[in-house]
Amino acid sequence: MLYRESGQFKVSYQSDSQIFPILQDRIGIIVMLAIAVVGVPFFASEYLLNAILVPFLIFSLATLGLNFLTGYAGQLSLGSAAFMAVGAFAAYNFQLRIEGIPFIVSFILGGVCAAMVGIAFGLPSLRIKGFYLAVATLAAQFFVLWCLTKFSWFSNDSASGVISAQPLSIFDYPINTPVSKYLLVLAIVLVLFWIGKNIVRSSTGRSWMAVRDMDVAAEVIGIPLMKTKLIAFAISSFYCGIAGVLYAFCYLGTVEPDGFSLELSFKILFMVIIGGVGSILGNFLGAAFILLLPIALDLTLPYISQLLHLPIAGSTVSHIQLMVFGALIIFFLIVEPHGLARLWQIAKEKLRLWPFPH
Amino acid sequence: MQFFIEIVISGIFSGLMYALVALGFVLIFKASGVFNFAQGAMVYCAALAVVGLIDFGLPMWLAVIGSFLFMVLIAISTEKFVLSKLVNQPPITLFMATIGLSFFLDGFAPIIFGTDVRPIELGIVDEPILSIMDSTGIGISKFDLTASGVIILLVVVLALLFQYTKIGRALRAVADDHQAALSLGIPLKNIWTIVWCIAGFVALIAGLLWGSRNGVQFALSLTALKALPVLILGGFTSVPGAIVGGIIIGVSEKLAEIYIPPVLQDFFGGNFGGIESWFSYVFALMFLLFRPEGLFGEKHIDRV
Repeated sequence: MLYRESGQFKVSYQSDSQIFPILQDRIGIIVMLAIAVVGVPFFASEYLLNAILVPFLIFSLATLGLNFLTGYAGQLSLGSAAFMAVGAFAAYNFQLRIEGIPFIVSFILGGVCAAMVGIAFGLPSLRIKGFYLAVATLAAQFFVLWCLTKFSWFSNDSASGVISAQPLSIFDYPINTPVSKYLLVLAIVLVLFWIGKNIVRSSTGRSWMAVRDMDVAAEVIGIPLMKTKLIAFAISSFYCGIAGVLYAFCYLGTVEPDGFSLELSFKILFMVIIGGVGSILGNFLGAAFILLLPIALDLTLPYISQLLHLPIAGSTVSHIQLMVFGALIIFFLIVEPHGLARLWQIAKEKLRLWPFPH
Repeated sequence: MQFFIEIVISGIFSGLMYALVALGFVLIFKASGVFNFAQGAMVYCAALAVVGLIDFGLPMWLAVIGSFLFMVLIAISTEKFVLSKLVNQPPITLFMATIGLSFFLDGFAPIIFGTDVRPIELGIVDEPILSIMDSTGIGISKFDLTASGVIILLVVVLALLFQYTKIGRALRAVADDHQAALSLGIPLKNIWTIVWCIAGFVALIAGLLWGSRNGVQFALSLTALKALPVLILGGFTSVPGAIVGGIIIGVSEKLAEIYIPPVLQDFFGGNFGGIESWFSYVFALMFLLFRPEGLFGEKHIDRV
């Protein structure tokens, strides 16, 4: 009853093509934004901000990046962590080597570097398809990390490639508290999601989807394959790159190339799949699920072991975590192969009729 | 020259080891179109089961049989609880499910069989064969030679199995066209279980050979990453492709490891070891630009 769009007439083209055409959605988004911008900084504890919310936002961004490529353009990639690494190291070097560069500029340049690397490794996608391409993107993963480790110039000659992110500040106002970092990340993520949502609604996004659904057919109706695929790689890597920059500068502070391992790439891919392939909302849901799962397991396992009177050794806990993680992934794929975003869609359908379904 | 030949030979041997893991991928991909990322985890599982059962006091041969039964159990439960629930899903979903499976197995096996790094004693010493060493000066390890013999034997047996038995014919039919095979009355589920069992057997052999060389440890699970370039080079659907691809990757990797870092060092200074982590991938990628479906892969024809 509350969630029903009947009576909301669209009288202009502009109002028909807004991002959130339904009034209730707009209200919901505004409320959530208000909570995120005003409520959270006031009430959230430092732990919540540092260890959950900031990585959640950053991973949502990286997931969106991979979702452009995999969900919208249909090119499976296993190298997203490498593009994050490129972004992080590039931004570090711009900060280091250019005197007085505003950090936003260095962030964007970091993303651009990641985009260029993405284009380079996206070139094979013109010839190679499907799982062959997925394996080929592993080349990016391993090659980039090797370069960052072995060419010590990238890490300013520090041992084993560890870099410490420079402190950030806007107009002499330092960004070093958890709240300010959170707000910075939130602002960047919101802007990029807003742009991203519009990209997938634009002609670029539509041609991505055409290529995903059948590339030969897309080519026949006049979509340039090369341009479309390379743009997908570029934008996807740009987003991953920015996520990597934030990962280094606002979350960890100190990163090394090995931190951006294949495991991280898989994590992001899991987020895409669990959240929903080809969905914007799904990125948030997937990131939240994958990040919260290990924490939830950490908290609940001791209780379960007490309940069953089973002493569980420390190493076994990590193995059980791995097991439950794997099992849950399989479970989710079986129960909802279209991801959590699909659940929200179903809920929306139900809400339309609620509370009088007949 | 002698040094060069020695590198090439060691490359061939390590390539055959990669091929062994790739073989497991190929079998499953051929029969069910599933890109089974869990193959590496299966290798780890099988090897761990062997050492675990030996720790329980079983003799070697019984432990190997027990481990095979364990793999059969995994195959059956995978079919029952994972694959049969995911029929008609897009390949990427199945691929993700196998990643989930690999996590599950990586966690499951150590809980049962323990985590300590233990060696497998196959009773073959890893030392050069003296007679060849004396006459030519090239060291060929007995272990490598036996391992290659086993691998080649395995491939021949598998090829015969595919070519001449009823199961083999059914497997080929399923690989060709699921629907057609079903309508001919071939029990798809049983076939998939059998393929996973065979892949489990291959994983067991791989686990024994890799495990006796490096010890049974979690790194075995990562052998999958070594097999992937072999796989795309040889083609996902070709058994001989896995072998040939393995040899090419093995040899080129060993040669690159010897000859490329010094060149880089001359240019940039510093230490450039460890290129084997990416070299095989880039090599396979370059190769794919010329033959997008790998050496022996089926040519992909798009119908619109």
